Amino acid sequence: MTNHIADFANSDVIWIMGGNPAENHPCAFKWVTKAMEKGAKLIVVDPRVTRSAAAATLYAPIRSGTDIAFMGGLISYILENKLYQEEYVREYTNASFLVNPKFEFNDGLFSGFNPTTKAYDKSTWTYQLDDKGIPKRDLTLSEPQCVLQLMKKHYARYTFDKVSAITGTPKDLLEQVYKMYSETGKPDKAGAIIYAMGQTQHSYGSQNVESLALVQLLLGNVGVAGGQVAAMRGLHNVQGSTDMAALYNNLPGYLATPMGREQSLADYLKRVVPTTNDPKSLNWWKNYPKYIVSLLKAWFGDAATKENDFAFNWLPKMAAGKDYSHIALFEAMNAGDIKGFIVIGQNPAVGGPNAGLERDALAKLDWMVVSELWETETTAFWKRPGVKPADIKTEVFLLPAASWVEREGSVTNTGRWVQWRNKAIDPVGDSKPDLWIVNQIMNRVRALYKRDGGAFADPITKLDWNYGDGLPHAHTIAKEINGRATADIKDDKGTVLIAAGKQIPAFASLRDDGLTTCGSWIYCGYYTDAGNMAARRDNSDPTGLYLYSGWAWNWPVNRRILYNRASLSPQGVPWDPKRAPLKWNPETKAFSGDVVDGGGAPDAIYPFIMNNEGVARLFAPGLAEGPFPEHYEAWESPVQNLLSKQQNNPIAKIWESDSNRRSDAAKYPIVGTTYRLSEHMQAGAMSRNLPWLVEAQPAPFVEMSEQLAAEKGIKNGDRVIVENTRGKVQMVAVVTKRIKPFNINGKTVHQVGLIWHWGYAGASTGDSANSLTPHVGDANTTIPEYKAWLCDVRKV
Amino acid sequence: MTKAMLIDTSICIGCKGCQVACKEWWNLAPTKTTQVGTYENPLDLNADTWTRIRFSEYEAGGKVRWLFMKWGCMQCANAACVDVCPTAALKKNALGFVSLERDLCNGCGYCSQACPFNIPRLETINALTGEAKATKCTFCQDRITNDLIPACVKTCPAAALGFSDRGKVLATAKTRVEDLKKLGYAEARVYGESELGGLGRVYVLTAPAAAYGLPEKPEYPVLANFWQNLLQPFGYVAVGATALGLGVNWVLTRRARLGDVETVEPET
Repeated sequence: MTNHIADFANSDVIWIMGGNPAENHPCAFKWVTKAMEKGAKLIVVDPRVTRSAAAATLYAPIRSGTDIAFMGGLISYILENKLYQEEYVREYTNASFLVNPKFEFNDGLFSGFNPTTKAYDKSTWTYQLDDKGIPKRDLTLSEPQCVLQLMKKHYARYTFDKVSAITGTPKDLLEQVYKMYSETGKPDKAGAIIYAMGQTQHSYGSQNVESLALVQLLLGNVGVAGGQVAAMRGLHNVQGSTDMAALYNNLPGYLATPMGREQSLADYLKRVVPTTNDPKSLNWWKNYPKYIVSLLKAWFGDAATKENDFAFNWLPKMAAGKDYSHIALFEAMNAGDIKGFIVIGQNPAVGGPNAGLERDALAKLDWMVVSELWETETTAFWKRPGVKPADIKTEVFLLPAASWVEREGSVTNTGRWVQWRNKAIDPVGDSKPDLWIVNQIMNRVRALYKRDGGAFADPITKLDWNYGDGLPHAHTIAKEINGRATADIKDDKGTVLIAAGKQIPAFASLRDDGLTTCGSWIYCGYYTDAGNMAARRDNSDPTGLYLYSGWAWNWPVNRRILYNRASLSPQGVPWDPKRAPLKWNPETKAFSGDVVDGGGAPDAIYPFIMNNEGVARLFAPGLAEGPFPEHYEAWESPVQNLLSKQQNNPIAKIWESDSNRRSDAAKYPIVGTTYRLSEHMQAGAMSRNLPWLVEAQPAPFVEMSEQLAAEKGIKNGDRVIVENTRGKVQMVAVVTKRIKPFNINGKTVHQVGLIWHWGYAGASTGDSANSLTPHVGDANTTIPEYKAWLCDVRKV
Repeated sequence: MTKAMLIDTSICIGCKGCQVACKEWWNLAPTKTTQVGTYENPLDLNADTWTRIRFSEYEAGGKVRWLFMKWGCMQCANAACVDVCPTAALKKNALGFVSLERDLCNGCGYCSQACPFNIPRLETINALTGEAKATKCTFCQDRITNDLIPACVKTCPAAALGFSDRGKVLATAKTRVEDLKKLGYAEARVYGESELGGLGRVYVLTAPAAAYGLPEKPEYPVLANFWQNLLQPFGYVAVGATALGLGVNWVLTRRARLGDVETVEPET
C-alpha cells in the first residue's frame, strides 16, 4: 500500500471491490467505520452481500471475473464527462505522452502479438522521443496519439449497456457507483479503493489491479491522504515476506532475480537499471548497483570483492522461459522433476489450486520437510482418505515450529509498518523458532559440503553465516538487514561520515564499492545505531492525518505516504489544504509533515520517482497483456466475451492436462468462486485446531441464491455436491437472499461461493474447495485463477 | 452509578470476537456445533455460551440487508429473574447488572422460565444428582467490579461495543441514531432505554426490532408478578419445598444413574 489502513479514515469515499475486509481484515475495517462516522460513503461491489457490504452506503452485484469491464466503464465515464483531476493527470501521469504511431489495438489484441508463441513483442508499446531522447508530450491532452486520447478511444467501447451485459450489474447501479466515486476527482476530495484476492486471483489479475490504479490516477487519488489503491494482505507479515524475497523472481527489496544468461554484474545491471534523459526525472532505480552490491556484501561478507564481481555469480539464477511460480513448481513435481521439498508456513494441500493434482504431486517426491505448528493436510497427504499409505514412498519430516507468540522479531503489515514483537511465552515442548530451524539446516548442509565437497560449493561454503549452533539472535539479523559500514566511509576531504562497523542510517548512504552491507535496501534505517526503530511506540498524531510517524517504522525512510509529492501542485500548493500530508514553506525552502519523497523544491522533480518517466503510467507497457487493461472472460466462463473475439487472456498461463481439464459450460454452467471467514485463517491449520473457532464455524459450506436452490431442489442446510472436471466436494448449502442470479446479456447465470479453509487434517475436517480450482495463472505473476471457474451443484 | 453496554449494530461486523472472548475469559467449553445453513453458531445460548451473534437477512425497499446482533443477558432494571430467584443467587447490583452468585443457586430454573428474553440456561454440574446451576452473562462481574470493562467490549475489533455510565451510553446511542437517520437509515432507533425499566444493554438498531429477533415490547412475565405478590411472602416455605423437591430428585436420579455406572465401571 502507498498509505496505511489508518489512512482510510481520511477518505471521502471508500470503494471495496475484490475484497471483504469486514470479514477478513476486521481490524482494518475499523478505519473504514471511522471514515463513515465522519461522513464518508462506502461502496461495495461484490457477487454477494458480504459482511463488508452489510455496512455499505451503496452495494452493487458483479459477476466474478468481470472487474476490468466494470472499471473500463468507469474510466470511460470519467474521460467522457471530464471528471478527472486535470492538473494532476497532466503533470503527474503520462497522459500527455505521445505514443509510437505503430501501437495498435484490434479486436482484443494489442500490436505485436505472436499467435504461435502466445507472447507479445512490445516494441511498439513505446513513446515518441524528442531529439534529446525525452518522451514528447502534448500538454493540451488533445493530440490523438497522446495517452489520454488513446485511453479514451480504448474505453469508449465500454458503454453502460455493454458493461451491464458483461458484469450483470444493473445499469442504474453502475451509474450510481460511477457517479459517487467520480466525485473524488475534485482536488479537495479523496477516495480509496480496497482490494484483495478477489482482484488478483484471476488469469488477468495484474490487469485487474492496473484498472483500479488507472481510476485512482485519473481522479488524483494517489500520493494524497485518503487516496490509495489499498492491497489488503491476508496475513500480518505477507508484506514483510515479499519485502524479503518470498517470491521467486525477487531478491530482498524487490531487486530482480538474475537470469542465467547474465554472467557478470554488469550484464545484470544492463537489464535492470532503467535510464532517463529527462532532468526532472529522479529515476530512483539508478541506485540499483548500490543496493545489489550491498546485498551481496551482506550475504557473502569478505568473500564478496570487487575482483569477483562481489560474488554475483554465486546467486541462484533463473533459466529464460522457465516458470518457478507455485503452479509451475507443482507441475514440475508431478512430472517427477523435483525430488525434495521444504515447506515453511504453508499448507498447499488445502491452499493450492487444483488440490487433488497437488496432493498427487507430493507423492512423486523422495522427501518433504514441513515446519509447522500442527499436522496439516500437507504433512498428512500420504494417509489422506482414498489413498493407501503403503503406495506412497515420499519420506515426510515434520519439524515442530514455534508460533509467533513464542519468538521475537519484526513483522511488516500491509501499510509497510515494520513492527517489533517480543516473545510472550517460551516455545511449547520441542518446538523451535524458524530462525533456529533454518540455522540448523544451513549449518548441517554446510558441514556436509565442507566434508564431502560437491558441485558449485562456494555459494554454500562461503556464505557469511555465523550464528553459532543455538538460536540466532533476532536483533543480530535485524541489524544485518539494515546494514553497516565495512570500513570507514569518508567524504572528499577525508572526514569520516560513517565509521567502520557502524549501522547505516538510511539507504542514501549505501554504496556500490563494497563499503556497505544491506540485507534489504528498503529496510535501511530500520535498525540503526540510534536503536530498533521498529520497537517505537509513540502513537501521537501531530498532523491529525493518522500518520502516527512515531509508531514503529515505515519503509522506506519512515515515509508514511509514498509519492506524497503528488499531494502538492507543481507550485507546492496542497490540492486539499485541510488534508495535506506535506507542506512546503517557500521561505525556508523546506517540507514539513511526512518525509518527502525525493528532495528539492516542489517543481524540481516529478513525483513518481520509481518510474524512469518520473510520472505515473496510465499507459503501462510493463505489463504482459498490454499497456491498457482489456476485458477477457475467465478461462472457464459461461458466456462469450462481448467486447472482442478474444475469449480469454491470450497469454494467460494454462497447464492443460488430464488432471487439469477445462470444464465445459454446457455441463458445468454455474460460476464458482472461493472465499474465507472471519472465524478461520487461510488453509486452516491455525484455526481449525482451536475449539472455540471450530465451534463458531464448524464446517465448510457453499452459498447460493434462493433461485438456484429452487431450481435444484435444494433446501437451506442440505448437503450438496459441487463438482467439475477437476474434482467433487460435498458441503452444506447456505441458501441466501444475499446472492441473486445474474442477467448476463439476457441469459440467467448463477454463481456459488465456497468456503476454502477445510481439509482432511486437524480437529475439524471437511472437503477442500480447491479441489475444484484450476492450474491457470496470470501472465505477469502466475497467480492462480481461484476466483472464477465453472461447476455444477446437486443435492446429495 | 448504573453502567450499561452499548451495542451499535450499525457498526458490528458480525465477527464473533465477542463470543470467543467471553469463552476465553470465563473458560467456557466449546459446544459441539454443526453447519445447518447459517453463519450463526452456536445456534442458541447454552450453559457454555453466554453471548452470541445473531445473523438476520432483512429485505426492505428492494435491498437485502444483513443484520448482526450481539445477544445475551439484557440486565433488565425490572429483572424478573431476580424477583423469582428463591435463593437470592441473582441480585441487582448497584452498577446495574444482574449478578449471579453460583454458590447460592439451587438450579430451580425459575429464572429461565421468567426471563422475557429466554436468557438464563442451566448447567448440569453433577450428572449423578442432576444438580444444576444457572448460567448467564453478568457483564463480567469480576472485571467490572475491578474497574475493567467486559471481555467482549475489550476485544471488539470494530469498536461496535462500548461500556460506560448508562446516561453516557444512552446519549451516545441517541446521537448515533440521529446521525444514522441523516445517512438515510429512517428506521434507526435506540432499543433498551425504557424496556423493562431500562435495559443494561442499549442497542442502536437500523431496522425494526423484530428483524433482529428482538421482542418489540418485552413484557414482565405474569408468572413473576404472581410469584412476587403472592408467593414471595411465603418465600421461606417455598425454599423449603424446593429443597425437599431437590432431595427427592437426588434420590431418584442417583438410583437411576447407579445402574448405568455399574455397567461401565472398569474391572480393577
